[in-house]
Formats: sequence, structure tokens, C-alpha cells
Amino acid sequence: MFLRAAYYRHAEFRQGARDMFSVAPGFAAWGLMTGVAMVKSGMSAIEAILMTVLVYAGSAQLAAIPLLVAGAPAWVILATAFCVNLRFVVFSAHLRDYLMHLPRWQRLLTGFLTTDLSYVLFVRRFPAPGDTPGQRLAEQAYLAGNCGLCWVNWVGSSLVGIALANFIPSAWGLGFAGILALLGISFSLVSTRLRIIAALVAGAAAVAAFALPLKLNILVAIAAAVAVCLMLESAGLRTAAQSPGAAPDNGKP
Amino acid sequence: MNETDLWTVATIVAMAGVTVLTRCFFFLSSKPWTLPELARRGLDYAPIAALAAVIVPEIVMTQGHLIGTWQDARLFGTVAGVAWFVWRRGVLGTIVCGMAVYLPLHIGLGW
Repeated sequence: MFLRAAYYRHAEFRQGARDMFSVAPGFAAWGLMTGVAMVKSGMSAIEAILMTVLVYAGSAQLAAIPLLVAGAPAWVILATAFCVNLRFVVFSAHLRDYLMHLPRWQRLLTGFLTTDLSYVLFVRRFPAPGDTPGQRLAEQAYLAGNCGLCWVNWVGSSLVGIALANFIPSAWGLGFAGILALLGISFSLVSTRLRIIAALVAGAAAVAAFALPLKLNILVAIAAAVAVCLMLESAGLRTAAQSPGAAPDNGKP
Repeated sequence: MNETDLWTVATIVAMAGVTVLTRCFFFLSSKPWTLPELARRGLDYAPIAALAAVIVPEIVMTQGHLIGTWQDARLFGTVAGVAWFVWRRGVLGTIVCGMAVYLPLHIGLGW
């Protein structure tokens, strides 16, 4: 299982939990506001709790809530959730090399629990997938600690939001704490000049394409940033400011 | 208290399937294949690009439009958060410092 003793006794389990801990307040604020939004829009407490535990994807939930309440056809709701979640498809291509050594049901459980945040923190900690059993164990232990705390934090704060929905005005703007958490993480990812360019291009593209429906501006922004950076790379503008961990990996599976 | 609707519950369960499908998209199947080298290099930029794509509109836009005023608590909260990160390099401090500037401006002055 995800919480095997070999994982939670590993030092990387604590490291994963520690990395999540420092951003947890920001995401607790987000979970809280998502819980409030579900109940205030007319969902029952049972529906809201089920959605928190089963769907476990804040942006897809927020996109689906008004559709659910308005009684939209199921396929429209599912297609909406799929499009809002498209960025995860990109992340899954990245995670593939790290997870293929696991049996399928463990891959699915790990994938389900690996949110944007855990993905970003995980590939920051392990820039290249490990080849040896020891490295792979460390990776899984990190993910178990990181995703485990993320789950407890998100579900716990959402439940508080569901319970206290009528006492927490959304006008307080507590959700801004989640943005600040992402801001801090993105600054911690700056290891090369090209990554700064990637952030600038993605930020500008996300604003320019904001009018697109279903948060597709995020997908457009990722595509634009990756394309621009690959072009700059091949144009030979690669700077030597790479961190040691991000050195070119020879470990092809 | 709002009513629980079985159809809504069924849709929520199906949405959980969508979460699994998207988060596991490229490792659902056990067939071996390797990601092309170009895609592998490109993915190095995906995390920071995804974060920037989420953050920037949330800071500089209101209801789909760029904000036209500097009297916005988010701008000051962001500056405070970035200043902390540059000074101390901690995400927790970035959140606390940013919110300490944001909340008084937002709730107190209505920015």
C-alpha cells in the first residue's frame, strides 16, 4: 500500500512531508474556500464530502459545481472536468518514468493522489528518475510523505469549510494564501535562466489567453513556454547556470 | 440543509474516474515505450510554466480583465511575499508575510 512501513520509515518520507508542510497553510486556505463554495452553491453536505474525498481536484471541482447545481448533463460535467484537468496529462508523461516499475493499481493510486503541487515538489527533489531499487524506494517514500500530508491537509480543510460554510465570508480573500504558496514554490524552481523565461512566457500567455473556456489558457501557456524554451535551447542560448541535480540524465530506461 | 441527489452522487463518482484518467493518462497502460528526447527536455519547463500560468492571472486580473489600478491588495501581498522569499527562501514565510500585508489592505481598506 501507499503507506507501507518501508516508505514511512524512510528519511525521504519525512522530507516529503516537510516540503508539503511549508506550503500547507496556503492550500488549507484553498481547501477551506472550496468547501465553502460547494455548500454555498447548493450542494448537500454528503455530496460535498464525497466530492472532496473522491474527486480530489480543486480546480475541476470549482468548475463542475455550478454545472452540477444547474443540472447540466453528466457528459458536459465530465468533459469540463477533463479539460480543466488536462495539465495533469502533461504531468503524467513526466511521472511515467518514475512510476512504471510499480504494478498498475499502485500506479493508479499514486497518480490519483499526486496533485499539481506534489508533482512539482517531487520532480524538484528528484530531477531524474532513479535506476536502482534504493533510489526508487526513496522516490516512493518521498511521494508517500508528500501526497499523504497533502491529502490530509486538503480533505481536512475542505471538511472544515463544509462544516463552517455559513460563517466564512468569501470576501475575506483567504484563497490568496494558496496563490502565495504557489508563488513561493515557483521561485524555488528557478534554477536556470531558461526556467525564468518559461515562467514569464507562461504568465503572459495565461493572461493573453484568459478568455478561453475551461481553463484552457493554462494548457496554452504551458505549451507556449515549453515551445519557446526548446527553441532557445536549440538556438544555443542554453546557459550554464544549471543546478547540479538538473544535469543531463544518462539514465534512459 | 440541501438535499442529496443520487444522480449528482453518480456524477461525482464518475468525476473521480476523470481525475484518475487525467492524472494517470500516460501510465494507465503497462505497454513499454519511451518518451521522445525532445518531450523529455521540454517537460523540464512544465512545472514552473504551469505554476506561472495559474498564479499570474490570479494576481493581475479581475473578472477576466487586467486590473487598471495599483490600489489592489494582491499586488502588495505579492511584493511582500517575493521580498520574503528573496530574503529568507522559505515558502511558509512567503505565505505568512504576503497575507500579513494582503489581509489588512483587503479587509481594512477594501483594496
